[in-house]
Amino acid sequence: MVYLTRKAEFSASHYYHNPAFTPEENARIFGKCNNPNGHGHNYTLEVTVKGAVDPKSGFVVDLKQLKDVMSREVLDALDHRFLNKEVPEFFTKIPTTENLAIAIWQRLEPKLNAAQLHRVRVYETPDLFADFYGEA
Amino acid sequence: MKAHLTRRYMFSASHRLHSDEMSEEENRATYGKCNNPYGHGHNYTVEVTVSGPVDGQTGMVCNLVDLDGFVHTQILERYDHQNLNTLSEFAEQVPTTENLCIAIYDIVKRGFDKAHLEKIRIEETLMNSFEYAGEKSR
Repeated sequence: MVYLTRKAEFSASHYYHNPAFTPEENARIFGKCNNPNGHGHNYTLEVTVKGAVDPKSGFVVDLKQLKDVMSREVLDALDHRFLNKEVPEFFTKIPTTENLAIAIWQRLEPKLNAAQLHRVRVYETPDLFADFYGEA
Repeated sequence: MKAHLTRRYMFSASHRLHSDEMSEEENRATYGKCNNPYGHGHNYTVEVTVSGPVDGQTGMVCNLVDLDGFVHTQILERYDHQNLNTLSEFAEQVPTTENLCIAIYDIVKRGFDKAHLEKIRIEETLMNSFEYAGEKSR
């Protein structure tokens, strides 16, 4: 088993708000992230796939195919977007780094027929990242 | 769904690697420049990884305000700009980054109850890093 990781970057804005909370609760729980006009990050995405090395190609996965799927399913949908208003997953879910990792996994997993997805890591800043391994 | 969240923190501290159980020659042979009796320092980066179900109401594994608050008061205030050899946890243990990982893991494990502690990872320099995830994963 060999693991291969491909990085990508995207920039997006978001804010944290739960309509079930009072304005005071939203402000207390989410702090500055509750600003309804949004704020942005340069996100770094790391997608790790795993598998046996194909003896003919020497590949775990065709990197071009992985890049294409990442571009089409993730970057085209998220890059330079306001996540709360333009990405359907976040019409109802709060676009935290945790939920972004889960949403990206759910976008990639059904499309990656040539490789097994191992981990999605999303850096919101260099000092904060979330990992999702597909666990229930 | 279960996710992992990692936050990085920095502190600066000095230490000297020296074991009373070894002779002066053995200490010098084992620890090299790190045995300098006057000590030396590093900018340490600590990665704290916690895990848990993503809360449906907040979208979070745990609120970063809680994690940051705990790490600032219990870890950074304890270690930043200190000589590690003077601290109680290193009275009888060499302040290697391995032992520092275990000490920080124990503090977080004991005191932080908002999420499950997965792992402590410390970069002593850009070239050296150490991880401790508790004994059960060994």
